[in-house]
Amino acid sequence: MTPAAPPLKAKHQRLVLLAIAMVALIGAAILAVWALRSQASYFYVPSDLVANPPETGRAVRLGGMVEKGSMKTAADGVTVDFIVGDGKARVPVRFSGIRPELFVEGSGVVAEGHLEPGGTFIADNLLAKHDEKYVPRELKDMSDAQARKTVAETK
Amino acid sequence: MIAEFGLAALWLAAALAALQLLAGALALTPNGGRLAAVVRPAAVVQGLLCATAFAALIWLFAQTDLSVKLVAENSHSAKPLIYKLAGTWGNHEGSMLLWVTVMGLAGAGVALVERRLPEPTMLATLAGQAFVSLGFYAFLLFSSNPFTRLDPAPPEGNGLNPLLQDPGLAFHPPTLYLGYVGLSIAFSFAIGALITREVGPAFARAMRPWVLGAWIFLTLGITAGSYWAYYVLGWGGWWFWDPVENASLMPWLAATALLHSASVLAARDALRAWTVMLGVVAFSMSMVGTFLVRSGILTSVHAFAVDPKRGTFILALLAINIGSALALFGLRAGTVTEGERFSVKSREAALVFNNVMLSAILGIVLIGTLYPLVTEAMGEKVSVGPPYFNPVSAVFAVPMLLVLMVGPMLRWRRDWMARHKRAILIPLGLIAVSAVAFLFVGQIGLMPLIGLTLAPALAVASVLPLKHRKLRLVPLATWGMVVAHFGVAVALAGMACDSAFSRQHLIAARPGDTATVGPWTIRLARVSPVAGPNWTAMEGELEASYAGGAPVLLRPQSRNFWAPPQNTTVSALHTRWNGQLYTVMGDEVQGTQSTGPDGTGRWQLRLWWKPFVPLIWYGGGLIALGGLLALIGRVADDLRRIRVKAKVAYRREQQGRGGA
Repeated sequence: MTPAAPPLKAKHQRLVLLAIAMVALIGAAILAVWALRSQASYFYVPSDLVANPPETGRAVRLGGMVEKGSMKTAADGVTVDFIVGDGKARVPVRFSGIRPELFVEGSGVVAEGHLEPGGTFIADNLLAKHDEKYVPRELKDMSDAQARKTVAETK
Repeated sequence: MIAEFGLAALWLAAALAALQLLAGALALTPNGGRLAAVVRPAAVVQGLLCATAFAALIWLFAQTDLSVKLVAENSHSAKPLIYKLAGTWGNHEGSMLLWVTVMGLAGAGVALVERRLPEPTMLATLAGQAFVSLGFYAFLLFSSNPFTRLDPAPPEGNGLNPLLQDPGLAFHPPTLYLGYVGLSIAFSFAIGALITREVGPAFARAMRPWVLGAWIFLTLGITAGSYWAYYVLGWGGWWFWDPVENASLMPWLAATALLHSASVLAARDALRAWTVMLGVVAFSMSMVGTFLVRSGILTSVHAFAVDPKRGTFILALLAINIGSALALFGLRAGTVTEGERFSVKSREAALVFNNVMLSAILGIVLIGTLYPLVTEAMGEKVSVGPPYFNPVSAVFAVPMLLVLMVGPMLRWRRDWMARHKRAILIPLGLIAVSAVAFLFVGQIGLMPLIGLTLAPALAVASVLPLKHRKLRLVPLATWGMVVAHFGVAVALAGMACDSAFSRQHLIAARPGDTATVGPWTIRLARVSPVAGPNWTAMEGELEASYAGGAPVLLRPQSRNFWAPPQNTTVSALHTRWNGQLYTVMGDEVQGTQSTGPDGTGRWQLRLWWKPFVPLIWYGGGLIALGGLLALIGRVADDLRRIRVKAKVAYRREQQGRGGA
């Protein structure tokens, strides 16, 4: 626009601004929904993961019970292998790092990570019950009976 | 006795809020003029009563009065005094009381000092403030009374969550609350202005200091919260896109947009309806955030004080407040006359761009935060994290930062790019140079590369508005803008460096073992038990030497609290000018193969070298400092203007007597 060009009429300016804002916001919303479809990480329980595995490498979360007697610390002292089960299926999980304190055998866990081609779940992060007030929501939703049954089966 | 006193003060405050709303509303009717005198005193006394109730609760916590349910549930006589006090707001009821107290005091402040707007607008504003407060009083008194007694009193309290027993946390929630709730003033001003159709520069000038104040606290609160998460959680990250963090980021984004649009309205009388809308949105985001955090409908790493039943109440409040504000906006927006015009190349246009981009980022964060709720309703559980938030928000943040490099130098109304050739070429050149330099370094992800490329150019561009000006004569508000924009560059550099250059090492070490991370060589000297007032711990002693230099000592702990029984890791940090060494010690490695020949076990150590990471929080501090400078500058200007006006009026009166 040259300096001499007359500025827009007031009413037009308002409409133009409104249009720009709407386009940007709707664009943001569309982009958000599109990105969410591909980037949101889905929650699986072991039986889902086995029956209907996600593509390897995709970020997902796996929730279930840590099987009793399955936890093994590797020789390096920081990698731990264990099995997460829900009574119907079992998934081997590997995690390297400092484990949350309440992460013990027989308790619930949500592992964030991805599935390796071999069928092992590589966890980048473990969410365990963190105190009596914070329980990963997916674990809270597992009914108590379900949890007891799972624990009983995996004993 | 103190508890009953506090409760009585709270009820009285609620009654006064009702009076304030009623009197304010009636005073706007043709026959209600006499009631106008009631409104301001009611607001002031209401604020004082709230503060009294809050002081009573602090007193109960300081005394550890276990006959009060809230104290028994959240405190313990063995806690250090500072955490007893912090316990006051480290729980749901106490923090809601803090919320209404800040709201009451902010309303009282407005009632006391704000006299620039026409009185009807002020009455409508204070009535609006009372309307919002009333909802929260009802919430507090009917569903989360902090003063409930417990009979019989238990012999000892439950204690405070160990993660919250941290000096930073003692001051973090009050800071954030000052920010959240300070925005209620912007909301009330917007309502007042809509009701009386007084949307103009005077409205923007009156609202601006309050928004600035709230924004400063929000900035500080977010910065402090990020640092808290960084060193308390022991995960080495500083932002997790967690619902609680998003809850504080969304009002900040809206308030940042509001500040910029308010400055357009104040200086140029444009963007009227938009500014009012942002005023409504900013506080709505505070309430949405509170709802998300309190209701516990979203999982969060730092969600405390969660109760789904309360969510319903806050949701209802949210619907009433936002719904009525938006309805009012819908009714009145058409009658808000159009403001001044401006060209595409003008400071207004740059600020419009900033506003649209900030709103888009706000939308991105809001959608990402709420998406898990939507999919859950459709039977699919998902969580949304950095892979979504980082790139998608960058799509809008990067253009915004590019415009930020030029915007502050543009003239109001209309400008010519030819005037700014050098101001555009310098940042562009810097971008090119740093892009080439960092590409040459190699092995940097796309996002940190963009950050590293933009940061130096942004830092230089942010001080360019000071060029060719006598520094002593530059207004304080301009200094504030420069400092805040420079802070954005600094924080951006810190974020980019952290993700580009961080090094991590995870080992299980026996006392005597050494490990390296980046330029550091670290030796685990010994592990020994230590004890604190309400915990015991295993403490590692790490001798860390930077590039062969003299070793510094770090002492990370794995700590066991016994009230409530819980285990946490306490990280140890060492800060140098060029970065931070971050160490965490975990458990002793279990199993036979781990026990050494001398019977000593192996301990898990997690070591990070994070170059320039403190820049993130220095940047946040600079942004807040910029806000503070602007606030001081604006308030000083306003005071000067008031004095001049008074003088002019006085002289006119004198002349009127002499001549005319």
